[in-house]
Amino acid sequence: MSVGILILIVLGLALLGYFVGRQRALSKAANEGRKLHSLPSYYGQFLALFTAVPALILLAAWLFVQPMLIESHVSGLIPDSAIPEGGARSLVMSDVRRIADGLDALMEQGGLGEEDLTRMRADLTNIRSRLAEVGIALGSNVPVEVFDAAKTYRSEKNTGSLLMTIAVLGLSLASGGWAFMRIRPELRARNNSETFVKALLLGSSLVAILTTVGIVGSLLFETFHFFQIYPAKDFFFSTVWNPQFRGGSDLGILPLLWGTFYVSFVALVVAVPIGLMIAIYLSEYAGRALRNLAKPAIEVLAGIPTIVYGLFALITVGPFLRDWIAQPMGLGTSSSSVLTAGLVMGIMLIPFVSSLSDDIINAVPQAMRDGSYGLGATQSETIRQVILPAALPGVVGAILLAASRAIGETMIVVLGAGAAARLGLNPFDAMTTVTVKIVSQLTGDTEFASPETLVAFALGLTLFVFTLGLNVLALYIVRKYREQYE
Amino acid sequence: MSDTIASTDAAATAGPRKGSLLVLDKRTRKRNAAEARFRLMGQIAVTIGVLALVGLLTSILMNGLSSFRQTYIQVSVYLDPAKLDKNGNRNLEDIAKVTTFGYAPLLKKALADKMAKEGISIEGLSEKDAAALISKEAPADLRRYVLAHPTSIGKTVSFNLLASGRIDGYYKGRVTMESAKLDRNVSPQQLMLADKLKADGVLTTRFNWEFFTAPDASDTRPEAAGLGVAILGSAYMMLVVLVLSLPLGVAASIYLEEFAPQNALTDLIEVNIANLAAVPSIVFGILGLAVFINFAGLPQSAPIVGGLVLTLMTLPTIIIATRAALKAVPPSIRDAALGVGASKMQSVFHHVLPLAMPGILTGTIIGLAQALGETAPLLLIGMVAFVREYPGAPPEGFFDPASALPVQVYNWTQRGDPAFVERASGAIIVLLVFLVLMNLIAIILRRRFERRW
Repeated sequence: MSVGILILIVLGLALLGYFVGRQRALSKAANEGRKLHSLPSYYGQFLALFTAVPALILLAAWLFVQPMLIESHVSGLIPDSAIPEGGARSLVMSDVRRIADGLDALMEQGGLGEEDLTRMRADLTNIRSRLAEVGIALGSNVPVEVFDAAKTYRSEKNTGSLLMTIAVLGLSLASGGWAFMRIRPELRARNNSETFVKALLLGSSLVAILTTVGIVGSLLFETFHFFQIYPAKDFFFSTVWNPQFRGGSDLGILPLLWGTFYVSFVALVVAVPIGLMIAIYLSEYAGRALRNLAKPAIEVLAGIPTIVYGLFALITVGPFLRDWIAQPMGLGTSSSSVLTAGLVMGIMLIPFVSSLSDDIINAVPQAMRDGSYGLGATQSETIRQVILPAALPGVVGAILLAASRAIGETMIVVLGAGAAARLGLNPFDAMTTVTVKIVSQLTGDTEFASPETLVAFALGLTLFVFTLGLNVLALYIVRKYREQYE
Repeated sequence: MSDTIASTDAAATAGPRKGSLLVLDKRTRKRNAAEARFRLMGQIAVTIGVLALVGLLTSILMNGLSSFRQTYIQVSVYLDPAKLDKNGNRNLEDIAKVTTFGYAPLLKKALADKMAKEGISIEGLSEKDAAALISKEAPADLRRYVLAHPTSIGKTVSFNLLASGRIDGYYKGRVTMESAKLDRNVSPQQLMLADKLKADGVLTTRFNWEFFTAPDASDTRPEAAGLGVAILGSAYMMLVVLVLSLPLGVAASIYLEEFAPQNALTDLIEVNIANLAAVPSIVFGILGLAVFINFAGLPQSAPIVGGLVLTLMTLPTIIIATRAALKAVPPSIRDAALGVGASKMQSVFHHVLPLAMPGILTGTIIGLAQALGETAPLLLIGMVAFVREYPGAPPEGFFDPASALPVQVYNWTQRGDPAFVERASGAIIVLLVFLVLMNLIAIILRRRFERRW
């Protein structure tokens, strides 16, 4: 039975439970509503919640755990001799999964019965051609052990989902039945179901913690694996990034970090002055009409997806910089460069800096401006010598947040900065960043045992630590140095 | 008091007399100039910001608008039974044995006949080169048509076939006679033939519906590439995001805003939500790859995985918007409900939540718009794969491989043929139109239903 149908059945049971619970409460109270502790619908809700929620939680947990258990069991069935020279267990396992899928497809199309399958043996029948009929292409002939493992995998999967159906429906009926037995007029149905709902609300807000645990856990786990097969010292201090898919790669993070910081620096040099001046001009000088027009226009920039900026860098800014500046001045011939990515990323960050600074400048009380004007200062003197110093912590916080955004930005640098890991100063050279390399190491066919793939997790962890650090620092500065007015 | 009078008197008598207020002295002029400079800097900054937006949009529109038009060649093809159905029994299985290679000669002949009828001939252009005007995708389209209408074999049917990418580019200004001389894929003679066919009305350029419905095409056939699979994949993902993130986000916000006690756990949740909002999107991609694909064994490139990853990404946005909407409901509403004997839960679900709903929906739509444009995490969970098959109907379709709009854009930028740049820009326009629509809905919702207390 498919999971979707199972969920529908459980929900149907819950709906049924609602009416049954309501009816039972009423009949127990001899149809006199005032004898009930709660409104009749709360008895229905009480029963419905107990029918659906525990079963659905069990279902989710089962779906998560079952593949792991089966995988590790079947993986243990494959002897080392069945793993080809230079190959990995994970590759054999993916063959096993595909064979199992193919067998299912064969059964479905009626070419194979359950008894045929038990008699089918890899050394007698040509599995590969049978599977090719249903569109499963295998690279080589199937060894006996692998085929047996696939058969076990398939049967365990089928038993597993059968057990799951039984367990989920059983739990649904059992907890629903228990709730049904408890329905009496004196039952505090509203309080009970409200406590239940409150627990559900708490549970959903715990998703945020789970996500963080998932991110940190997966990053740490795979990074740990990476450092077991690749020395940490080389990763952190080597200046060469040169992955080879045959092994023996140099995976030094320094050129990537340099590229990341260089691009982010260019972006901030573009975004901070422009963004800050926009915020100042719109909040201090501009009339209502201009403000109503320019502010939304600039905020539109913030809503544009980064892939659009990436394409802009690739087809417009890059070729423009190359043809009009870099080549005439003999500085470079590449259209993807630090400057391309930096400029475009700067444009992306303008609304980020300007809207944050705008809020902060508006929070400076009018009395401080009036005081300054009263002393005879001009408007720009007031801004530079009174408002900006008062707003400085907030502005610094905004800049740090923008920096963290720049470091984590992916699509603009993937399309605009290039792929060559280089430690250099020429902004017209192509350089690469941490995010670009995470994308390039993890896209395509990835095999999870090699350092070339696992390094992406170490890079991801580095990225996570940097952006998190910047954010925490920004919040700290804003809190610590914020002037409390009034 | 007397002191000040004395000092002004002293200044008036001792120093040189200052100029009147009507004549600016040097220092005032300098200060005024500084003021004007500062103001000018502000104006320049605003101009740069607006110009950046205009430049960005113009560049995309200039490059992409042409992708909504496409060049077609109209020819009448004789579906020769001798080639398509050798046994003559109209058996579908036998007809299906003829591959697309079997259909190409039919097209070649049809075009040659057409040229002969119209009296068009170009010196130095072989029949094979003339047939190259028609896209390599056309035989496959023809075959699909024949398999769907087996009775049409033996008849002459008129088809509007795709012109090849270079011919299409010629009418969009991407290919010129000069560039054709250097191009291996197209010759000036072919372009001349195209011009003559156009003059005769055989070759036409019209609106490109296939761009929205066709699946992706291979590297050498940019003219056939469309967004069908990508739009469907994005729609599936948005559905997953909506179904998961709206209830989760609203439930979490209600808890935090209305019920959470002041304790360490609440603080931990708050800190986590704030930090998740700032985690780079690509890290969510890594999470998706490690947890949903490697650990839970969900399939690669599937909309369900993309939807789950995007859900985790949009949750903070939705939670922040929902909490703001809940906060905007005045406490008097809650007090009134509690006052007439409602429980805390009843006051929230019966009164506060309905009043906050417009704000919540606005926040949700904006979160969805953000998720729709997100690319980086989807690259990591394998959505870059070349997918030509449409995903099935939900719920099974959620587990089929699919593409997504922004990823399709990235995919096309990685191809060699410049025609794909046009396609990528066109796809961006489609994406932006969707985003504008979503934001408009959000604005209308806010204008129409938001109450101010």
